[in-house]
Amino acid sequence: MKQLIEVFSEIFSSPILVRALIVGVLVSLCAALLGVSLVLKRFSMIGDGLSHVGFGALAIAAVMNLAPMAVAIPVVLIAAFLLLRLSSNGKIKGDAAIAMISTGALGIGVMAVSMSKGTNIDLNSYLFGSIMSVSSEDVVISVILAVIVLFMFVFFYTKIFAITFDESFAKATGTAANVYNMLIALLTAMTIVIGMRLMGSMLISSLIIFPALCSMRVFKSFKSVTICSGIISIVTFLAGMVISYVAETPCGASIVCVNTLTFLIFFVIGKIKKTA
Amino acid sequence: MTVIENMSFEVADGDYLCIVGENGSGKSTLVKALLSLKKPEKGAIEFGEGLKKNEIGYLPQQTMAQKDFPASVYEVVLSGCLNSRGIRPFYSAKERKKALDTMELLGIIDLKNRSYRDLSGGQQQRVLLSRALCATKKLILLDEPVAGLDPIVTAELYDLIEKINKSGVTVIMVTHDLSAALKCSKHILCMTETEWFFGSREEFLKSKFADFMRGSEAVD
Repeated sequence: MKQLIEVFSEIFSSPILVRALIVGVLVSLCAALLGVSLVLKRFSMIGDGLSHVGFGALAIAAVMNLAPMAVAIPVVLIAAFLLLRLSSNGKIKGDAAIAMISTGALGIGVMAVSMSKGTNIDLNSYLFGSIMSVSSEDVVISVILAVIVLFMFVFFYTKIFAITFDESFAKATGTAANVYNMLIALLTAMTIVIGMRLMGSMLISSLIIFPALCSMRVFKSFKSVTICSGIISIVTFLAGMVISYVAETPCGASIVCVNTLTFLIFFVIGKIKKTA
Repeated sequence: MTVIENMSFEVADGDYLCIVGENGSGKSTLVKALLSLKKPEKGAIEFGEGLKKNEIGYLPQQTMAQKDFPASVYEVVLSGCLNSRGIRPFYSAKERKKALDTMELLGIIDLKNRSYRDLSGGQQQRVLLSRALCATKKLILLDEPVAGLDPIVTAELYDLIEKINKSGVTVIMVTHDLSAALKCSKHILCMTETEWFFGSREEFLKSKFADFMRGSEAVD
């Protein structure tokens, strides 16, 4: 315990780590809340697809010397809109559409990076994340994002539940399900763009799916699953950060490993609860 | 694609209409049109006085996603009250009471805190039925409510629907089950790929459609 406090005080004395900590906690929380709805609506892969599109956008922005966020945010928002459209009523089925868009964007990104020999782009940090890449601008954006997501989530909680559980009933009784679907997709896109540079575009979607999947093993109501997901996301992020700091491992990968372990623990608890 | 042409029918207050027909005759299209999920290509659906578009309670067919959905029975039933809330968040005490009352009526009050995914098929249909009743006290539309249920549970569910109808709620039910349709409905709308019939149960029994439907049932 004493050592843990020491580790935390060391982390808090470094401005770079503090920035990463603030952005990470807020992004994890937003991703986990949105994730409950996405996972239950069978849209988990949308997060994965969007992060790949984000990678492509960031790579092109870096090559062309444009501001990364200014390119990535609109591109990922458009991709979110398209993915939702494709998966709901396209000729190409949802999972295939996502696989197509995400690998396509990944290919374009890698091409862009490799063709620009002069620039100094670290492909590894784009793909797997780096705490060094979190700027103070990111901190401001993620605080704003977190406030918006939390407010939207609480304010529209009843609607989000209704469209997640049964979209056709919600539509039939006059809830504008498409508007809320779009809102969830857009907030997800924002969350991914902001969290991507910390977590890496390969790993960011784990923040969306793991907390929801863990809490679904054990909890039985939508409210308890949501609350538990929020708590899991923050705890696993902090644990991952500490491990990453102490063992000098990449922070994105450490967080995903903690999440995987958490899932196994919740899985076992769920099984025990069922037989008891 | 036009499914069926020049069809017209009306439903009065307190009616019990069964929609029967072949696969592909356009029953689900009709249901979607009634719920304003789809626009009819020609013609119109008129709502009489006092019935707004969002005052139809709907019992949809279950989706795969719901099979492992973590939601308590109370949360599901309460979500039926959403249509009267508009943009306002959270539910009022009145709506909470309404949810509890309909659960009481359908005999699922004991299941209040159980998880929807742990219930049996019949219990789940009751939960969805009480959600529909939370959405309206005027008209409920049931889409194949007994699909996949065993005979005893099916009979119980039909009894419940009849009880709801007797309490003054108009019922429109889409079903494959002709014998049930004949037993409880007041009016029948029968659709085949080319023709349609609308009339009271007695008229239906005298029409050629009755034999036709029985024939197709025997083949099933």
